[in-house]
This record gives sequence, structure tokens and C-alpha cells, in this order.
Amino acid sequence: MAYTPLLNAPLWKQLLVWALVAAGLTLAAPNLFYPRVEAHNDAAKAVEEAGFATTEQQAALDQWPDWMPSGIVNLGLDLRGGAHLLAEVQVSDVYKARMDGWWPEVRDALREVRDQVGSVRRQPTQLPYELRVQIENPAGMAAAVEAVRALASNVITLTGVGQTDIDVTAEGDVLIVQLSEPERAAVDQRTIQQSLEIIRTRVDQAGTREPTIQRQGADRILIQVPGIGSAAELKELIGTTAKLTFNPVVRRGTSEDQTPGAGNVSLPSLDEENVWYTIEEVPVVSGEDLTNAKGDFDQNGRPAVAFQFDARGARAFGDYTAQNIGAPFAIVLDGKVISAPVIQSHIPGGSGIITGNFTVEEANRLAVLLSAGALPASMTFLEERTIGPELGQDSIDAGRVATVIAAASVSLLMIASYGLFGVFAVVALAINMGLIFGIMSLIGATLTLPGIAGLVLTIGMAVDANVLIYERIRDELRNGAKNAARAIELGFERALSAIVDANVTTLITAAVLFFLGAGPIRGFAVTLAIGIITSVFTAINVTRLIVTYWYNRRKPKTLVV
Amino acid sequence: MAWRFKLAPDKTNFDFFRFQWITFGGSLMLSVIAIVAWAVMGLNYGIDFKGGTTIRTESTVAVDVGAYREALQGLPLGDISITEVFDPSFADDQHVTMIRIAAEDETEAVTPEKIAQVEEVLRAAIDPAMTFPSVETVGPKVSGELIWASVLSLAVTSVAIMIYMWLRFEWQFGVGAVLALLHDVIITIGIFAVFQIKFDLTIVAALLTILGYSINDTVVVFDRLRENLQKYKQMPLREVMNLSVNETLARTLMTALTTLLAVGAMLVFGGDVLRGFALAIFLGVLFGTYSSVYVAKNIVLMIGLDRSEKAKKAGTPDEFANIDA
Repeated sequence: MAYTPLLNAPLWKQLLVWALVAAGLTLAAPNLFYPRVEAHNDAAKAVEEAGFATTEQQAALDQWPDWMPSGIVNLGLDLRGGAHLLAEVQVSDVYKARMDGWWPEVRDALREVRDQVGSVRRQPTQLPYELRVQIENPAGMAAAVEAVRALASNVITLTGVGQTDIDVTAEGDVLIVQLSEPERAAVDQRTIQQSLEIIRTRVDQAGTREPTIQRQGADRILIQVPGIGSAAELKELIGTTAKLTFNPVVRRGTSEDQTPGAGNVSLPSLDEENVWYTIEEVPVVSGEDLTNAKGDFDQNGRPAVAFQFDARGARAFGDYTAQNIGAPFAIVLDGKVISAPVIQSHIPGGSGIITGNFTVEEANRLAVLLSAGALPASMTFLEERTIGPELGQDSIDAGRVATVIAAASVSLLMIASYGLFGVFAVVALAINMGLIFGIMSLIGATLTLPGIAGLVLTIGMAVDANVLIYERIRDELRNGAKNAARAIELGFERALSAIVDANVTTLITAAVLFFLGAGPIRGFAVTLAIGIITSVFTAINVTRLIVTYWYNRRKPKTLVV
Repeated sequence: MAWRFKLAPDKTNFDFFRFQWITFGGSLMLSVIAIVAWAVMGLNYGIDFKGGTTIRTESTVAVDVGAYREALQGLPLGDISITEVFDPSFADDQHVTMIRIAAEDETEAVTPEKIAQVEEVLRAAIDPAMTFPSVETVGPKVSGELIWASVLSLAVTSVAIMIYMWLRFEWQFGVGAVLALLHDVIITIGIFAVFQIKFDLTIVAALLTILGYSINDTVVVFDRLRENLQKYKQMPLREVMNLSVNETLARTLMTALTTLLAVGAMLVFGGDVLRGFALAIFLGVLFGTYSSVYVAKNIVLMIGLDRSEKAKKAGTPDEFANIDA
């Protein structure tokens, strides 16, 4: 068999392959210095927020050069330790509050047509999004329905243009007001969004590293916080606040009011000791009617909180303030009165400012509380997981040992089976592992315990493409290829269809795992998918280049694979 | 010629159909046994699928399961199971157990107060320094959905693979490959049923991975079969199949061995948390290799292939098809 040179890939392609390899390995490099880079990144983030660096932070910053990439693979909850909660938001809680809010309006509207309707009485109902009102004089039902319908406003949705927020029907002497279908959908949407925002604000305030707060399905929220002691602690953190309301104040006292009177409650003040407010239990407006609140200053330059209500809230608030100038009203959060400002004037536009003895920080905090507000609905916890950091470290250690042993034994087997070509495959495997970490760092993927399993599995399966190519080269040599160069070429060429088909099918399973799996399993799917792509790349391109360089340099007379 | 480690001689000529009633029949029987075991004994579902709580305990005091049980007896809890966990990576004075508490009512998980009680009681009775490295609770509502999602993911993957095989090969290949895959998955599930190994969400991920690995193997054989069918147009299908399996045998064994080495390392050294997962993949790779040699092609042979040119190029008259061959 005579030597004929092996045609190399065009120069641009060679350069491209090596450039990709170099980029991947550079991106992977920070993972080798994990604690150092992590400290550097944490410090960098803190410095950016604060605007200056402490000596400790500067020391941490100096541990890793700025010009190097600093992305590292995130460690999943099962490796780092922390808490995981899956919460279901009880959206129907909000319906009930909504209907309670509608009752005074409906009652007032019916009072206007009292001469036809007579007296009205609220009836209990099974449905949370329903208000049943019995009227004395059934003959006046038409007038009653018309009066209540006049209260409805339009809901803007993608499909239901022109639909109103309430459906009003009559059943004998009972007037039924229901939240309409599109309004319920809109309420659900808003409830989940608010809950997400509020949980995010609260978890961020605790200052933990990279929490995951995601919506799942129609009414669920997934919360993962690394580094927190237990799921119970996390629940406390996100669930401390119940509800925000604006209530009329009946009187102010220095101790709890033992006889608040029907429909009233006595609540303590949040900041001032020995101050109690007796307030009406039914709120004028509640936090869910607020669209915005921000820290601001009043006309005298004192810190204040500016707020804005939505249409319904603005109407209710406008009417109330017009009728109660000079009277105080209470802002109640979680059963405590935040403040009880006096209404200075009629506030028609649904916006206003709250003044009090605020510092700038207090005003800002109150604004955050008001706009983030309380959780609009209660939550049921469907899944709670706590993983201790020691267990995570044990898993990392075990995973590292397994990876090293797997890599060593597979390398030995490949070299024993294919000699020098086996060495090429091992080099490709090493590059492959580097690329996997590089890509994971680049996209900020999370490494989980099953993800480590995915890596180990990739070690075993990645060499498959090399095996396919080498076995094919052997076949071609046996079947009398014209020369060694031709055998190598044919080997790479003819193994390609099997490599592609085999890996596309595995990619399909990885995709299904990703879309249907949750948490750790997703981590597995990601490493598996990245591993498939990089292993095909290294087997086809990198190995091919190495083999070509070697062949054209050594010019072997015979080829032994 | 340099020395090479070889799993198979350079050129083999085994008749892989010779004992097909033993091999294929055996596979069929094993599958049936696995299904029966699954139906009769049931799987030892983890909390992912059944709901409930698992608490991992760690203590320097040697484990006496009876003492643990006794300590917990007084608490108003549902079904409790206590198992000691062993792993080569544990230190000599590291004693680990998993305590599983079944879910009580229909919707909510075991309450945190009850878990706190369990921890308190165990610390009092066994070891005041006992730690609880992981506590996991899954409500029955979620676990029901997870079962459904798992079944769905296995089905979707199978169908997707079948469609891909149909597009790249022919539909008979798709059916053969997917039935071979189901064989691997069912026997693996059967083994989990017989030995009552904990079956949770990670095992489902392992089963899906088996689908992905095993199809790899089958595809390589089918790819060679497709090539040989073009090359040897007159050779009977059965012989072409035998030839293809023989030609790819070295690769099949080599890849199986590298994968088993890697997964074996994970099984032994990967820690106890991953053990079930590694075991499922290990078994799946074993059966997957076997089935791509002995099961997949037998099914294609049974269904039969239409090898006439007409089947491939509709509209070309038969008698002219090979005129310039």
C-alpha cells in the first residue's frame, strides 16, 4: 500500500474548528477555579450595586482576572443544598374578595332604585365568584338588573372585545352578579403575576444567590432558593404578609378596643407602640386595586409615597374621599395599621400621596410593600424539598470520583483497542468534556446530580462515534480500499449516516426529557443534549483533523487502526 | 500488525437466527414475566409517584431499624418505612437511613410540624446530634400528575423515534426498533418490580435514556442493513441481516463495553443517591445491546420488507428498473 497524502479540510474550516475548540476550553476554564471565580463574581455583583468596593471585595475581585471569562456552571439545588417549594395559588380567594368588594357598590346602586326594588339582602353562595342579592319586590327585578349592569366596565382581552367584567342575571327574586369568564381569566392572570412578583421581591430581599422563581402551568409557582436552611424557612420568608387594605377609621386609642362595635375591628399600629385603631372591617379599596406606588416627596419636600389605583379602585376611592374629607383612613397590612393619614381633599383621579413621619428609606420600603403588596391569594404547597449542603457536597465528590474512573477506564479500553487512534479518541474525549463545560457556562445551565450522571454517560457514549469511524476504516482496509488514505476517507464518510441517525434519536429523547421533565431531570436533559452535540462535533471534525495531521506528517506505508 | 485488544474476531460469520426460538422466544418470555411481575408485585414507588415524605437521617450511632420504628410509633403518622443506606463512600461512623412516611389525605403534603416532630423524637431516642441532610415532601396531587407525565414522556419519545426511523428508513424498521426498545424498558421495569427497588422520577429519566441509547445501537445495525440491501439485491433478507449484524458486531460490543464501564463507575462510585438511576441505565444498556442484535431485526424479518424497486420509486416499470445495473 503506497502512501498518498490525505486531503485536508480547507484552511478556513481548520481554523474554525480550532477556534471553536479554543473558545469552548477558555469558557470552561473558570470552572477549574470554582470557589475563586464564584467569590469574584459575587464581589463584582455587590460592587456594581453598591458603587464602591470594600477591601475584602477588592481582594475577592483580584482573585480572578477581569479579562478572563467568568461564567461558571450553576450548581443545582441537589448539589449546593437549599430549599425547593412548589406552590399552588388559590386563585379563587381573589374572586371572593372581589365579590365582597362589589357588594357595597351593588347595594348603593340598588338603593337608587329603592322605590321599585324595595329592600335588599345579601344571600350566601357556594360559588366564590358569585354575589346573590335577594330583593323584596320581584316586580322591580328589571330595574334592579339594569341598575347593576350600569356598574359593569369593559374587559380588554384578546378574544373577548366588548365583554364586561360582570354578568348580571335574575333568578326569581334573587339577583345574581357573577364575575364574567374573561374577567376571571384576567383576574387569574393578574393574581399569578402579582404572586410571582411579590415572592421575587421577598426572596431577593433575603439576598440569597440565584433563586429560581418560575410560573408552572396555570396556577403554580416553583421557588428554588439555594443556600437556605429549610423549606419551612423559605415558606416563612415568602408567606409573612397576608393582605393590604384601605379601611375607614372609626377611632384611635391607646389599647385594644374591647367593644369595637358591629362590623368593626381593632388593630394595632405597625410602628407606634400602644396605638390601636378601630376600623371598619369592609375595606374601601384593597391592594389589588393599586396599579403603582413609588417613593416620592410631598409639596413640602418631605418623603411620601405616591400611588395610583385602577379604574374600579379609583372610583371607590374617589367617592369615599369626597364624602370623608378631614377623616382619617387606615392603610392596613397583615393585620397591622401601617399608617392612618387624614384625607386632605377629594381625590378623584385614583392617585394620591401618603404622607407621614417617613424617612426616605421608609417611604421607599412602603412603596415596595404597596406595589408588591401582599400576596393576593393564599398558597398551598404541593412539594417541599430541603437538601442539606453536606449531602450536596457528598454527591459532588462521589460524582467526581465516578467521572474520573469512568474516563480513565474508557480511555484505557480505547487505547488498548485502537492504539494510536485510541489516543486520538481520548484527546477528542478530553476536548469534548471541556466543550460541554464551556457551553454550559456560556448559557448559564445548571448542573444537577442527574446532570453529572449525564456527563458520565456521555463519556461512555461519546467514543461511540469514534468507534463507528475506526471500525469502518478497518472494514475498508479489509475490503481492499485503494490505499490507506482512501480507507480513512471512506471510513469517515460512510460512518457519518449511522452517527447522525444514532445521535438524532438520542437528541429526540433529550428534548422530550427537557420539555416534560422537571428540575433535576431537566439538568440531565441539558447535559445529555450538549454532550451529544459536542461529541459529534469532536468525533467528526476534531478527530478527523488530528488523524489528517498525523497521517500527512508521518506518511505511514501501512495503516493499522 | 500491532497488538490490539479485540472483543470480536475481525471477521465473524455467526448465524444470529439459528437459535432464534431460544433468543427471540426467550426475550418474549422475559417480557411477559416482567409484565406479570409488574402487575402482580407492583413497583416500589417513591414519593414522586405516591406522595409522602422522605427524611434522610445521618448519625454516628449504628442503625437499629427497630429502635427507629419504636421511637416513631407514638406519632400520629401514616405508613412508615425505614431503610438503612449503605455506600462505599461513607465513613466508618456514618450511618444513614431513609425514612418514608406515606401521604395521609388527598391534597396536602405531610405538614412541616409533623416533620419537626419526627426529627425531635429521633434526636431524643437515638442520637441528639443526628442530622437530616434531606427532607422531601410531595403532595398526592402532584404525584398523580407526575405518573401521567412519565407515561406521556415515554409514549411521546417512542412515537417520535418511530416517526424519525420511518422517515430515514422504512416503517418496518421503525416498528422493529420501537418494539425492541419497549422490550428493554419493560424488562428493566420488571427487574425493579421483582427486587422492589425504589422507582421514582429519576428512574423514568433513566428509562428514557435507555430509549435513546438502545436506539443508537439499533440504528447502527439498520444503517448497515440499508447499505447492504442496496449492495446485495438478490441475497435473501435473512442473510443480508446476518451479514449486517456480523459486520457491525465489533462496534456494537465495543460501544456497549465503553458505556457499561462508564455507567459501572457511576453505579459503584457515584454515591447512593444516584444508585437506582445508574442501575436502571446499566440494565438498559445490557438489554439494549442484546435486543439490537437479537430482537429488532427479527421483528423486521417477521413483518417483511418490500424490496422491489417499485416500493421505492413509484411509477418506474419493474422490467426497466435494473436495466443498467
